[in-house]
Amino acid sequence: MVNLTIDGKQVEVDEGSTILQAAKKAGARVPTLCFHPVIEPYAACRVCVVEVAFRGKNDLLTSCNTKAEEGMDVRTASERALRARRLNVEMLLARAPAAEPLREIAKELGIEKTRFPVKDPDEKCILCGLCVRACEQIVGACAISFIERGTDRHVSTPFGEESEACIGCTACAHFCPTGAITVEDKYGRKVIHDEMYLGPTTAIRVPTRQAVPMVPFIDKEACIHFKTGECKVCAKVCDRDAVNHEMEDTIQEIEAGSIIIASGFKTFDARRIPAYGYGRFPNIITAMEFERLVNASGPTGGKVLLANGEEPKAVGIIHCVGSRDENYHAYCSRVCCMYSLKFAHLLGEKTKATIYDFYIDMRCFGKGYEEFYHRLLKEGTKFVRGRVSEITTLALTEKEEGKLIIRVEDTLLGAVRRIAVDMAILAVGMEPSIDHNRLAKTFNISCSQDTFFLERHPKLAPVSSFSDGIFLAGTCQGPKDIPDTVAQAGAAAAEALALADLGKVELEPITAVIDDKLCSGCQICVGLCPFTAITYKKDEGHSEINDALCKGCGTCVAACPSGASYQKHFRDEQIFAEIEGIFLI
Amino acid sequence: MNQEHFEPRLIGFLCNWCSYTGADLAGTARMVYAPNIRIIRVMCTGRVDPQFVLKAFREGADGVLISGCHPGDCHYQEGNYKAMRRHKLLSKVLEQFGIEKERFRLEWVSASEGTKFQQVCNEFTEQIRGLGPLNLNGNKGEHHEQRQA
Amino acid sequence: MSNAKPKVAFYWCASCGGCEESIVDLAEDILKVVAAVDIVFWPVALDFKKKDVEAMPDKSIAVSFINGGIRMSEQEEMAHLLRRKSQIVVAHGACAHLGGIPGLANFWNKSTIFRTVYHTTASTDNPNGTEPQPKTSLDGYELTLPVFWDTVHPLDDIIDVDYYLPGCAPHRDLIINAVTAILEGKLPPKGSVLAPNKSCCDDCERNDSKPDKLQIKEIKRPHEVLLDPKTCFLAQGVICMGPATRGGCGERCINGNMPCRGCMGPTDQVYDQGAKFLSAFASILDANDEKDIERLVDSIVDPAGTFYRFSLPSSILKRKKLEAVK
Repeated sequence: MVNLTIDGKQVEVDEGSTILQAAKKAGARVPTLCFHPVIEPYAACRVCVVEVAFRGKNDLLTSCNTKAEEGMDVRTASERALRARRLNVEMLLARAPAAEPLREIAKELGIEKTRFPVKDPDEKCILCGLCVRACEQIVGACAISFIERGTDRHVSTPFGEESEACIGCTACAHFCPTGAITVEDKYGRKVIHDEMYLGPTTAIRVPTRQAVPMVPFIDKEACIHFKTGECKVCAKVCDRDAVNHEMEDTIQEIEAGSIIIASGFKTFDARRIPAYGYGRFPNIITAMEFERLVNASGPTGGKVLLANGEEPKAVGIIHCVGSRDENYHAYCSRVCCMYSLKFAHLLGEKTKATIYDFYIDMRCFGKGYEEFYHRLLKEGTKFVRGRVSEITTLALTEKEEGKLIIRVEDTLLGAVRRIAVDMAILAVGMEPSIDHNRLAKTFNISCSQDTFFLERHPKLAPVSSFSDGIFLAGTCQGPKDIPDTVAQAGAAAAEALALADLGKVELEPITAVIDDKLCSGCQICVGLCPFTAITYKKDEGHSEINDALCKGCGTCVAACPSGASYQKHFRDEQIFAEIEGIFLI
Repeated sequence: MNQEHFEPRLIGFLCNWCSYTGADLAGTARMVYAPNIRIIRVMCTGRVDPQFVLKAFREGADGVLISGCHPGDCHYQEGNYKAMRRHKLLSKVLEQFGIEKERFRLEWVSASEGTKFQQVCNEFTEQIRGLGPLNLNGNKGEHHEQRQA
Repeated sequence: MSNAKPKVAFYWCASCGGCEESIVDLAEDILKVVAAVDIVFWPVALDFKKKDVEAMPDKSIAVSFINGGIRMSEQEEMAHLLRRKSQIVVAHGACAHLGGIPGLANFWNKSTIFRTVYHTTASTDNPNGTEPQPKTSLDGYELTLPVFWDTVHPLDDIIDVDYYLPGCAPHRDLIINAVTAILEGKLPPKGSVLAPNKSCCDDCERNDSKPDKLQIKEIKRPHEVLLDPKTCFLAQGVICMGPATRGGCGERCINGNMPCRGCMGPTDQVYDQGAKFLSAFASILDANDEKDIERLVDSIVDPAGTFYRFSLPSSILKRKKLEAVK
């Protein structure tokens, strides 16, 4: 341990700590510009200069890269240190007068104007080198460096040309303290950070705010480490050493007695309805995007704002986008009415906007739902009954200028209306998840006409599939809200548990049987069974069906050339009798 | 039999998982289709023994439909392929028996295709109406015919 | 009377005579039969007339063996007569049992058969276009001929049959067993087929040569390939009716390196031998694609005739659809 004095205060710090760290511990504020905790100090800006009395000498030293030593007497705001700091700041101001953090420090130090000549009043780069060091140390790309000398010194790629070494990670912009480096999507290329609901997120993140478990994951596609082998900033800042970049994806095979399929849904892609303008006009958003916008941890901190940062004065919520529409999905997605009402309520709470709700029918079927609708009616939401035909920016009057115009037939008024709003929210419906068809094939699940998984019986077996031991829960079986999903999931879990608790499986009663007194062992049937339930017993000269493996399709029975096998409940005689019976009438 | 008053009698062997459910869907959806078809449920089209088809024709069917899951979708993996092979061979044999191959039809109707089932029934009924009654009475064999040329 | 030897009759209908031959083939065993019974009617070998039979009291014949299918009124008449005079009637051989080879004529009818036989064959010399007529007047006399039918029937279509002796012709062991059982009075239930109730594969020496998964990639006819004498015919792609045919025939064809053609008929559980074989055979075709299936199916020459070679008149459909006579 090292003991030293900071502004007269005794401090003990770890061996190898810098004076800056010691000062921080002592509670002294030392301004910095070119310093960043995850990047090696470089002492380029010299704003952190302090006066140090040590071994009989009195020196001005940069605190960010000078090691704290036993017996040092540091004064962070001595007259001499401040004078030096002011001079440094004044010179930096002359170079980069537009750099905001620099101006703040200048203000703190009482500098109003630099005495030195200003070359470019809009210059922001203070040549701190954070970007160069980040690109080298963190990203490992070494795409940018300092170019030229003296007053011409600046940061650039080699020869100022587009660099192939650049991976577009934008780390340089991220570390730039003054905003001198900006990122633009010049070629429509995607920057490395994923676009996700109204804004970029990071390569290491918690998937959603309500994620269970509440644990971040690394998006390998976006992570710099998996591109260059460097960075690992997340591991450096994690004091629990929880971040492990060496973990590999593993495929685990799990033997299970029963399977519950809860593969959920995806929302309808609003781009499929071009007339609604989604993706063309900035202030048309989907329900999911609105959820993100209105979320307190969202990009606007929960404020409902337009693309230009203003609060909307009128908002339209459009129901049944992709649902109840023969061109897209004929079914009702069941949840949109209620979440739309919730949106209307939240909008009323958070903004002063006029709220329009465009609906076909208000479907408030659940407990307390109808009451909520009535509450909204009282809150002053304007309900318009009719399907929206189009959202356009084509203004007919001056009032409509710059607005989104919702064209709708108000079926209660019997008139076509044009309603100008600032923001339109599309209540997109549900459709089966992306992997739905693959799952259906894997598990041999039938789909109903609406393409959702088909339950064994709509009333008597609503959570079972047609395959034993495979159960369905949630929206993979059909659109439903959270209470219904929870109820169905509970039932599916109970069915699975009941099967586990029973400890035995009920066999298919409709199996095929071979009468060994009649079977000649011709083996026609053996190769026909997809479940390998039939074996030929060479010594006994006949074939046999394993009851536990037989699923009861009866293919072997139909194929048995000597009629030695029969299918329980579907014997030849029974079917012949059925055929005869039909022609009795 | 008067052609104009001819109502085809059709028998359909439907697999439990796809076509029978599809027919059920057509029913629960209150779809209207030709009432000429009588349905016999089997677990899989693979269970349909050619004997059933012959029996149906012999008993008086003017047409026989076998309908099951689409290829690749069989609940029992491949029963419908066996049905397909038997259908092809039996159709050929039926022609040798003087029974037009149009009278013996194989269709794939999934559990969600109530509309397709409706369409198949209507189409098949109309097709058989066009072909006229099968009239296999001469085959019944109660006794010789003693026809004089 | 009680000490008298049981009376036995043999009669032939639409048949080739092979079944008569099968009796003669009993060789020295026939002497035992002759010693044990009194043959009262056997047109092919002994000179008895119809009127001799008519003269017998009803049920006086212990057993009549009738072979051949019924395709003419004369055969029908004799069948009825023998039924009346006999305690037991045995359908002797594939034709009486199933319709047999003559039964393949059920793919045609009387007029098409007459056209071929009396008019169109190359060797026919019939300038007047004469066809057999049931009644003809000649010089003031009326001549009659039996009526030729459209359809060949198995014996049990015409009369009540007690037992069936299958095979074309029945194997001597089956005949001896049947005769012994009748003489000893140890008879199975009425309507039984006097042969084992398992298919040919049960006795077939080639049965164990089948691969684990029997599949047919290519269909060949016996004359198109050099047949391996040890390997299952189906495994060689040759149609063998064995799996769908009752065993007990002695496997004479198989031992002669020829596939089974189905003369013993179906087992008790099967209604339609041809349909059952068709089902089994189609199932093991190695094709899932519609085109491939069609290609394989089209490579079978005369599938109905192949699958129903012996059993057409006793099958579910019995014959080709008869068009109404104009």
